[in-house]
Amino acid sequence: MTPASDTARVDTAAVDTAPVDLVLAIADDNLIVAQRLGELISRSPDLEEDIAIANVSLDHLGQARSLYTRAGEIEGRGRDEDDLALGRDERDFRNAVLVEQPNGDFAQTMVRQFFLDAYQVPFYDALSSSTDESLAGIAAKAVKEARYHLERSSSWVVRLGDGTDESHQRTQAAVDTLWRYTGDLHERPAGGETVVNSGVAPDAEPIASTFDATVRSVLADATLDVPEDPYQRLGGRVGTHTEHLGHLLTEMQWLHRTHPGAQW
Amino acid sequence: MVYEVPKKDGATDPEVAGNPGGFPLWEVFIRANRGLNHVHAGSVHAADAESAVQAARDVYTRRSEGVSLWIVRSTEIHASDPDGSDAWFGSEHPYRHPTFYELPDEVGHM
Amino acid sequence: MSSDQAVTTASTPEEHFDAVIGSGRTIEPRDWMPDNYRSTMIRQIAQHAHSEVIGQQPEGNWITRAPSLRRKAILTAKVQDEAGHGLYLYSAAETLGISRDEMMEMLHSGRQKYSSIFNYPTLSWADVGAIGWLVDGAAITNQVMLTRTSYGPYARAMVRICKEESFHQRQGYEMMLTLANGTPEQKDMAQDALDRFWWPSLMMFGPPDADSVHTEQSMAWGIKLETNDDLRQRFVDMTVPQADFLGLEIPDPDLRWNSEREHYDYGEIDWDHFWEVVAGNGPCNRERIEHKVRAWDEGQWVREAALAHAAKKRDSETEGAR
Repeated sequence: MTPASDTARVDTAAVDTAPVDLVLAIADDNLIVAQRLGELISRSPDLEEDIAIANVSLDHLGQARSLYTRAGEIEGRGRDEDDLALGRDERDFRNAVLVEQPNGDFAQTMVRQFFLDAYQVPFYDALSSSTDESLAGIAAKAVKEARYHLERSSSWVVRLGDGTDESHQRTQAAVDTLWRYTGDLHERPAGGETVVNSGVAPDAEPIASTFDATVRSVLADATLDVPEDPYQRLGGRVGTHTEHLGHLLTEMQWLHRTHPGAQW
Repeated sequence: MVYEVPKKDGATDPEVAGNPGGFPLWEVFIRANRGLNHVHAGSVHAADAESAVQAARDVYTRRSEGVSLWIVRSTEIHASDPDGSDAWFGSEHPYRHPTFYELPDEVGHM
Repeated sequence: MSSDQAVTTASTPEEHFDAVIGSGRTIEPRDWMPDNYRSTMIRQIAQHAHSEVIGQQPEGNWITRAPSLRRKAILTAKVQDEAGHGLYLYSAAETLGISRDEMMEMLHSGRQKYSSIFNYPTLSWADVGAIGWLVDGAAITNQVMLTRTSYGPYARAMVRICKEESFHQRQGYEMMLTLANGTPEQKDMAQDALDRFWWPSLMMFGPPDADSVHTEQSMAWGIKLETNDDLRQRFVDMTVPQADFLGLEIPDPDLRWNSEREHYDYGEIDWDHFWEVVAGNGPCNRERIEHKVRAWDEGQWVREAALAHAAKKRDSETEGAR
């Protein structure tokens, strides 16, 4: 990768590759969480929540589809949204490891969602100034959805953290379990620095700061502790996932891959 | 949609106990984009006002139908019948009749 | 006397009720109504709602395995709509004096039922198309009729439901069309789905008229317009050409056009199987209820937390106000 100060001599190969992987990373974040939420439909604590979760899933799926289309254009190999979502292998997925974590109980589902939302709001906000106009447009629409998601998920984290003893314990356990996967949200695929310099992607640090502030504030309202263990499990942005992703992809991709070339 | 769901021979509806400790009920009113008034859209169950608004938004504005949303605890609604057929009010309670009636065997096809 | 005059000159609650019904106006929550009208409406609306909610399961079974992103989105939206429709209907039933929790309890314990078509497993992607095609096709006329039913909240819930249905009515048939015109494996998948769902869809309309309890009252109250056999015949007549267009064969060797009656003759339905399914012994009855009960039970701590948090907020607001 070229050093940040050396913008005059940009490595062409890195600039050609990085944007696709960057777009795929955002698309994969959305697709994988949409898939996880899709597992919950007809299983929620009540009908209102079932409908709400389906809304969030559909929002993420819609964002993923727009982003895959954009990624396919940049890549220029003629791959469409289904080729990218349902035809790539595990090592080629670029989502943060957070989103592939299982639903677990309702607390774990909501904490996972809250962490993602607390990241996506500042991320999409910044991305809506991207020099890639298509990305900017997608981000401008997505940030509105992300804001609503954050309002919902942070309400739930507070309700569950500051509800009953049982809900408090379950939610603290969820925070303790998922915290180590949040660092991956701020990671960039290889070549990320070059992309920042060209204005395509936002700088990760301010986003991480906003994320941190949001999380600490909501967890405090929820009477929950922020984990102290500094360990972070990284790697999703470069295809080194947790063992969960393989199983998720098996279920998600199986039918599409069993009938290659078929129309549905 | 529902089709014929026949009663088993001799089956009866047992009595149902009264009020459960569930979420309270809220009525939802929506004023659509450029609409003039809030219109009753239905109801949701929620633990408090904040989640009632969120639930109403998810359930009743999924297709971006509404802009302004009001939710009101159902028990806070007091109504009169505009038809003037006051004599035929069946209930003292403003909006809900709390009693469940048993379905006699010989009534209805279900 | 005109029907409006009948309403205004009614001198007893019963006369007023009968006059409103006769005039085609709606009965509203605060109106006097006979006990059996109230309980029949509760049962009718509740079972309609239960059908929507249970219906989420067979179709929802394929959301995580949808073969394209577009299909995943369409199916998620459809299954979500089913929850929404259930909710609108529970809302309508609650105006009659029963709570949603009570209705859930009656579903869970088997005292209230749901449409039998949802007691069959979805074993392939094509099953989702078959259910959409056959079940939504059957729903069309019934739903429009119910927008004019006598109980106001039920009629208005149906108006809302019909508006949303139009998006979904064609989806199942289009899925079947794509499969029937696709690869040999896809065509086999579609035929297999039709083979398994054809007879259950005929049973959706209930027992033969001869075995059906007298439905005059249901018709007067606007919850039924035609007999079971008439509805079933109308469904067959509409669906056979659709199957022909797909190039799929309906699994009934006795199916043939009768030019005298100007309807399709069809084979004998296995009524023993029908009554078994109604009694709870269909392929999926137990699983459908277990699924619902499990979701409900697993959500108990969540609902308790929400109520506890709400109480804490109320208490702190009262404190703050002092």
